[in-house]
Amino acid sequence: MNKTLALCLFACFLAVASCSAQEPPYFVTYTHDLEEPGNLEIATKSVQGNPKYANPFISETLELEYGVTAWWTTEVYLAGQHTSNDSSIFTGYRWENRFLPLLREHFINPVLYVEYEHVSAADKGLLEVVGHDSISDFLLTNDQARSKVEKSLEMKLILSSNTRGWNISENFIMEKDLNEPEPWEFGYALGVSRPLALAASGKACTFCLENFAAGAELYGGLGTTDGFGLQATSHYLGPIVGFNIPRGPTVSFSPSFGLNDNSLGVIYRFTFSYEVQQLFGHFHGSSR
Amino acid sequence: MNWRKLCCMWLMLCTVTWGASKYAGWMQHVPDADRTKTNPYAGESEAIAAGSKMFADHCAKCHGANALGSKKKPSLRTPEVQQATDGEIFWLLRNGDLRHGMPTWSSIPEPSRWQIIAYVKSLGESSADTTVNRESK
Repeated sequence: MNKTLALCLFACFLAVASCSAQEPPYFVTYTHDLEEPGNLEIATKSVQGNPKYANPFISETLELEYGVTAWWTTEVYLAGQHTSNDSSIFTGYRWENRFLPLLREHFINPVLYVEYEHVSAADKGLLEVVGHDSISDFLLTNDQARSKVEKSLEMKLILSSNTRGWNISENFIMEKDLNEPEPWEFGYALGVSRPLALAASGKACTFCLENFAAGAELYGGLGTTDGFGLQATSHYLGPIVGFNIPRGPTVSFSPSFGLNDNSLGVIYRFTFSYEVQQLFGHFHGSSR
Repeated sequence: MNWRKLCCMWLMLCTVTWGASKYAGWMQHVPDADRTKTNPYAGESEAIAAGSKMFADHCAKCHGANALGSKKKPSLRTPEVQQATDGEIFWLLRNGDLRHGMPTWSSIPEPSRWQIIAYVKSLGESSADTTVNRESK
């Protein structure tokens, strides 16, 4: 069963690896760039970690992102993980929606984000860090953790600016467990990035500077309504680099470094994404 | 005034407002300061070549590889687009026209956006008849 799951995850990765996309290089932080209407982005988000006193793991999340309109993007995530000396399991799904409330570009652009999560405590995707998430969450075995399934509502206020080639984004995260009377959990994510060249080269080239973007990302928990603040929270900071292969996939990589004892030492993040352009145009036949 | 009349008036008002918003177009929203911006790359062959690459990556999926548009997406070779100022098109790329499906392209750095405009303007006008003929081939 475990081998079957691992094979399925690997097959998903290979299927995606044969395609292509445009993508900002962040892993946790969202910007106000929504998916273009009619396009479907398929991505795999991998996280590899080796927590102290626990088994190394690799988490794989398949992401399907669809641009419904120019101001509304919807996404579904399917997550699983493999832990050494333990097992490979499916950990749950998420459904998220992002809305642009302002129909013009401003210096700071807000985006409203709403997500429903149905994931077990065994999820190690680290798509966000909230509340008092810490390294101790990784000490449970998969059998212990998978029995606790959390149905939760997550909301984010995304603020994002594009100026002089730089993108600066700030996310404020709120999460509420829907099946237990637990307090609201809070978190944050900050990202800064820039393409390595602002003007495109006139020649066809794969490794032109404009195809690369670099930056940094900082994210972590901010406690709960019972104890808001940085006490007993975990935080990560890391450089990020993204490579948009012309008319091909986008690949991003980041080593994220834990900033305190509650954090994992280093986690390695890797994203591979591909955009299927004008999805329903493909099904209905191109008009061109 | 009875409810039926009120509903009819409301429907008419909605229709007129919708019609006005549909056909008024994005161009009337462009501030004068943006309208008069000039393209630093206008007419440069290197920039046009770079804009062609950017167009293929970001714009061709909707507007077509030849910029002639498709059933629902407009051609960029109409007189409306070709006679628009560079500043007006630059404003559109930055802000989009979200209600009509055009996303914002502010994530593309400014110099690259000017390169795209240089390329689009280099295409020149193409009449609707030509468009239909080319599409039918």
